[in-house]
Amino acid sequence: MEHPTHRARVEHEAHHEPTGFWRRYIFSQDHKVIALQYTITALLVGAVGMGFSWLLRLQLGFPGEFKFIQPENYLQFVTQHGMIMIVYLLTALLLGGFGNYLIPLMIGAWDMAFPFLNMLSYWTYLVSVILLFAAFFVAGGPTGAGWTLYPPQSVIEGASPGAGWGIRLMLISLAVFVAAATMGGLNYVTTVLQGRTRGMTLMRLPLSVWGIFVASVLALLAFPALFVGGVMLLLDSLAGTSFFVPTVNLFGRQLGHEGGNPILFQHLFWYFGHPEVYIVILPAMGLVSDIIANHARKPIFGYRAMIWAILAIGAISFVVWAHHMFVSGMNPYFSFWFAVSTLAVAIPSAIKTYNWLLTLWGGNLRFTTPMLFAIGFVSTFVAGGLTGLFLGNVVVNVHLTDTYFVVGHFHLVMGVSAILGIFAGLYHWFPKATGRLYNETLGKIHFWVTFIGTYLIFFPMYWLGFLGVPRRYFSFSAVESLPPSAQGLSAFITVVALIVGAAQLLFAFNLIWSALRGKKSDGNPWHATTLEWQTPTTPPPHGNWGPEEPAVYRWAYDYSVPGAPQDYIPQNVAEVPAATQKK
Amino acid sequence: MKLKAQFKRGISRALNGYGSDGSWGARGWGSDGSREFPMPATKLGLFAFLAAATVLFAMLTSAYLMQQAMSDWRPLPLPALLWLNTGLLLLSSAALEWARRSARRHLPRTSLWLLAAGVLAILFITGQLWAWQKLSAAGYFLATNPSSSFFYLLTAIHGLHVLGGLVAWGRTMTQMRQKTFAPQTQLSVELCALYWHFLLLVWLVMLLLFWLT
Repeated sequence: MEHPTHRARVEHEAHHEPTGFWRRYIFSQDHKVIALQYTITALLVGAVGMGFSWLLRLQLGFPGEFKFIQPENYLQFVTQHGMIMIVYLLTALLLGGFGNYLIPLMIGAWDMAFPFLNMLSYWTYLVSVILLFAAFFVAGGPTGAGWTLYPPQSVIEGASPGAGWGIRLMLISLAVFVAAATMGGLNYVTTVLQGRTRGMTLMRLPLSVWGIFVASVLALLAFPALFVGGVMLLLDSLAGTSFFVPTVNLFGRQLGHEGGNPILFQHLFWYFGHPEVYIVILPAMGLVSDIIANHARKPIFGYRAMIWAILAIGAISFVVWAHHMFVSGMNPYFSFWFAVSTLAVAIPSAIKTYNWLLTLWGGNLRFTTPMLFAIGFVSTFVAGGLTGLFLGNVVVNVHLTDTYFVVGHFHLVMGVSAILGIFAGLYHWFPKATGRLYNETLGKIHFWVTFIGTYLIFFPMYWLGFLGVPRRYFSFSAVESLPPSAQGLSAFITVVALIVGAAQLLFAFNLIWSALRGKKSDGNPWHATTLEWQTPTTPPPHGNWGPEEPAVYRWAYDYSVPGAPQDYIPQNVAEVPAATQKK
Repeated sequence: MKLKAQFKRGISRALNGYGSDGSWGARGWGSDGSREFPMPATKLGLFAFLAAATVLFAMLTSAYLMQQAMSDWRPLPLPALLWLNTGLLLLSSAALEWARRSARRHLPRTSLWLLAAGVLAILFITGQLWAWQKLSAAGYFLATNPSSSFFYLLTAIHGLHVLGGLVAWGRTMTQMRQKTFAPQTQLSVELCALYWHFLLLVWLVMLLLFWLT
């Protein structure tokens, strides 16, 4: 019944396969090209974000040594580093990059549900990136108000660097990014629900698709809050409205605002900001689940529990936002609720962690580079996540707020973890996207330097936080309660950060060199079960499957099935010896 | 020329879902061979968008409620014109509902209902702009007080959504002219109606908000 239309459509598409360079590689509507565009752009933007982290670490490690870093610059570096990494690198790369590449291939679709919207999403994202960097060329430079952009200081001239066009361009860029993310999110959600091929039920989807799917739903429901907050703040800055800016007397100068409520912005921001954490971590969790199962040659432990945990984390993420605002002041009953709901996130997170460990247990482990990064993800996720239990408690939180303890916590649990997940994914799917193998030795050096380095950077920050070192400070010379050892530790962190940053050049070199000169790879070098490894050619062609889309007969984790001829059975294989049929 | 054709096809694919011949339409298979989400991709896409838009307006509403509890909130005198505008939007929504029903039965008057709905929506937008004019003539500008700021912001964002709907409406009108009652056209009318009802609901909530505070 479906067949004639499908074939007609495929042939129709084959005729329309784009030919010219521009429509094939630049204005392409092919999800794989768009995915690579997203990935490359996000990695380049991320490199800039890493550059900012070097600059701010130089100031923190060796205060006063670098004369070109003034307090204003330092605040701008901190702000831009945070904003770039969270929004323009992690969100864009995990949803726009991995989401685009993996969803249609893993569910057996020819492309996204709305390919044109998909292309538009990338170009809108690029516009937001250009606006982000345009702020560097306006008077006053980009905003230095911290990535949270809290008013009133972010929009009042003189209260923070870049309070004029710096913050305005930042807000416009964010609004444009929200549009891009919404177009992408609509596409991912619709494609996962409607694009699945025959036999690919929801309960047979690889966990990567589940993670990206739920993250896309979160993005659709969380980004509008950022949009609203951003537009209102923009009006406060541009049109003199008073949504957030109250009556302010700045050095005896009465500003025109009256009646604004700064706390309102914090609510809107964190209603977006907290789900945002899961928007970047859920896809990474999905990728890591698939990579661990594949390289351990074992079915993922507790597949259904994994899905319920993803859904639970997604649901809880919308009712915890005010735990970022304990010190802003709130009704104690509210803080009680937000503390309890925050700690409840630990339950599904722990389920996922145990499932990863139990998948590894007794597995036939292959310590390839993606596997190392995936295990590294589990490690940093635990090391960062456990301190979330400290911070979720109001009484502890009040003391640790705005210290390096918080910096260490969120970097490990969502910054480093997400980026390790991304590295795992990039190495794992590199042979599929390029048809070539990366250099394993370089990959392993990259892993060990990055993995050990991040612990050396962020673990000491917990200690600094306990000492009471405040975050976002340009200089600690006026903080007399700090022992001199704190400065020594800061210098140590800076040195390691420089080394880890330099190690990323290995990664860049490996990626570029291997894509051009690497050893040729066959279509399924990891002996994986999921559909993207079963494409007729590698890299997959326009339309992915040729004349016939695959049909799915089993779940994504038939590894080491007893009695099967190989240690994996691809999802599109129907016949296996009867004795080994999996129910 | 060729690029223009490509662009047009792209737009139609973006709005209609992959393969405007409807072949994408109903996929997504369940374990018993039935479809888990038996609905066209475009409709599901619209639902996803409405979910995002609901959050958008819910955030604005809760921001409004938080703000109006502050002590320096000065209530805004609502222009009576808003009631007329509400009537226009209500009629517009009703006309689209009739268009949807007659499209289902392939009645020729569908295009008339559709036309009426669009004209009424344009009148609504005009009326809203006129209300802005009246307010500013009375001395209530965007930055006068959070109450007026919120009024302008909420009506602007709602109005932009109506304008976006009018783009889809214009496309449906051309579809109606070209090939009457293709399944695609029927779907377009249905989705327009769905979107219009959503915007009417949002407007009624907002009006209630303005009126009660």
